Amino acid sequence: MIRKAGQTGLTYFLITLFILFTAFPFYWMLITTFKNDNELYRNREANPLVFNQAPTLDNLRLLFNNTNYQTFVENSLKVGIAVVVITVLLAVPASYSLARLAGAWGERLGIMIFMVYLIPPTLLFIPMSQIVSFLGLRDSLWSLIVIYPTFTVPFCTWLLMGFMKSIPVDVEEQAMVDGYSRFGAILRVVFPLALPGILTVVVFAFTLTTHEFIYALAFITTSSQKVISTGVTSELIRGDVFFWQAIMGAGLLVAIPVALVYNLFLDRFIAGFTMGAVTGK
Amino acid sequence: MAVVEIRQLYKAFGEVNAVNDVNLTIQEGEFLVLLGPSGSGKTSLLRMIAGLEKPTGGEIRIGGVVVNELPPRARKIAMVFQSYALYPHMTVYNNIAFPLRSVGMDRINIQTRVERAAKMFNIYHLLQRKPRQLSGGERQRVALARAVVREPDVFLLDEPLSNLDAKLRALARDELKQFQRQIGVTTVYVTHDQVEAMGMGDRVVVMNYGRVQQIGTPQALYRAPANTFVATFLGSPPMNLVEQDNCIIGFHPEHFLPKGIDQHMQSPITIPFEVTRVEYLGSERFLYGYVQGVGERTRVVSNIPSLVQLAIEAGRTYDFVADLHDLSYFDKMSGDRIAPVRLQIAQAAGV
Repeated sequence: MIRKAGQTGLTYFLITLFILFTAFPFYWMLITTFKNDNELYRNREANPLVFNQAPTLDNLRLLFNNTNYQTFVENSLKVGIAVVVITVLLAVPASYSLARLAGAWGERLGIMIFMVYLIPPTLLFIPMSQIVSFLGLRDSLWSLIVIYPTFTVPFCTWLLMGFMKSIPVDVEEQAMVDGYSRFGAILRVVFPLALPGILTVVVFAFTLTTHEFIYALAFITTSSQKVISTGVTSELIRGDVFFWQAIMGAGLLVAIPVALVYNLFLDRFIAGFTMGAVTGK
Repeated sequence: MAVVEIRQLYKAFGEVNAVNDVNLTIQEGEFLVLLGPSGSGKTSLLRMIAGLEKPTGGEIRIGGVVVNELPPRARKIAMVFQSYALYPHMTVYNNIAFPLRSVGMDRINIQTRVERAAKMFNIYHLLQRKPRQLSGGERQRVALARAVVREPDVFLLDEPLSNLDAKLRALARDELKQFQRQIGVTTVYVTHDQVEAMGMGDRVVVMNYGRVQQIGTPQALYRAPANTFVATFLGSPPMNLVEQDNCIIGFHPEHFLPKGIDQHMQSPITIPFEVTRVEYLGSERFLYGYVQGVGERTRVVSNIPSLVQLAIEAGRTYDFVADLHDLSYFDKMSGDRIAPVRLQIAQAAGV
């Protein structure tokens, strides 16, 4: 009895530690956003975890009035949505065919596609910049819309393969016996059952594009075309002056919605990854 | 309703011939069972009739029409998979309505038909549930309701009872057979369970290694198996086989009885039986042991109904009898059934 209580206590203690560890950056960003310069830089003796002087909204004013922050967010959204649409359109049929039609080769191809994802962008951005120039997309959001699917599609295809394989072939064949063509069966039975996987892919592709940095930095220089990851860092770090409070605020405003969506789909997300792991063994 | 004809059907998966030269005519309204061990080609044959698998050679006709090139949806068939393959994201109502929507039937007609099918299978109260909220037996009924709702020409059933527990299976067997009689649709039923096959089939097709071993009524198959494979696949326990010279002699355990209760036998022969183990099963007793008067010393089983009270102990040898008319004879090389041969029975010492 005592031993069990002790175990439960230990579990909660560890969970609390972990929560503090993961939530701390958010808290730090939040509190920093509303601190004035004087408190942040000069008041060294005071406790940094609380407000010692009155909080201020000046930093957010700077972020919204003196930078293109809203444009960056809009640009990130535009790129994110376009990349998500392209990724879903390509990865869903690709993963279905690899899971169902290609037999043993399907699995090998799936792993090979996943390998593509492992090539780091720091190697790829040089040849990619040539392609972007050739297409005449330099300094345009379209460069990112064209380039980002090169890493979202392979990964999402591999991820969806696990989901597709978990849908019993029987159910699909039953739909074909029940009066539908293969395409009809896919549309009415396979897609609805793969929906959790497709949602995982949507969330994953979107976050992957919003936190991408190297391609965004290499292909876009005009402020009005920048996305959030490059825009905030280039406009709020001027020479060696860091506008820490505004940077924290900019990060926090986009991180919170994404964190909420992640939590909403957490179970699906884990299921997606483990399924992929089994098929990619 | 339709006649299904299968002519010289082949199916090869790489080097392996899963179905090898099968010829079969399934009569209108017949309940035909495909029986065989796993890998015997029975499921491949069923899937070819359904159109889920393309034959390597041969012809399949349903209602006189060659359907080789037709997709499953154009064959007027309904199939129940071993897993039932219910659509997990749809309610029971939508599961049953699914095949009707494919032909563009109007809403009111669909509702009438779904409700009629649901009442027929006693699942009307489950219509708004999802498959995961149903028991195994209920799922099976939903799968059957979905199969009948389209009023198909042919029913294809792939081991539909194998996921049910033993008690429910006996009940479901009876219900399924009654229901098939009632609607009279040509039915092909795949199973590896010989009890199901014997109990339900109008005719049974025994398959092994992709080939048809024997086609006939359950009685004909049991009385006169075409070869040693059929002989040992049917019956529980199966037929005893004893080698003698160039032939194999077969007799069913229940036709091998202690001397003294053989009044009904026309021409009994006496064979000494060394009993090694007695298994009491309530309605019957299984006696395991060896016979050595006929050919080589061979392990056999005798099945005595519990009505026979005779005391029999393990470790002793008794005189047992079999009727000459109940014996089957097989060729030792090919295993095929042959005409009766003259028996040589040596009396063992010490009887």
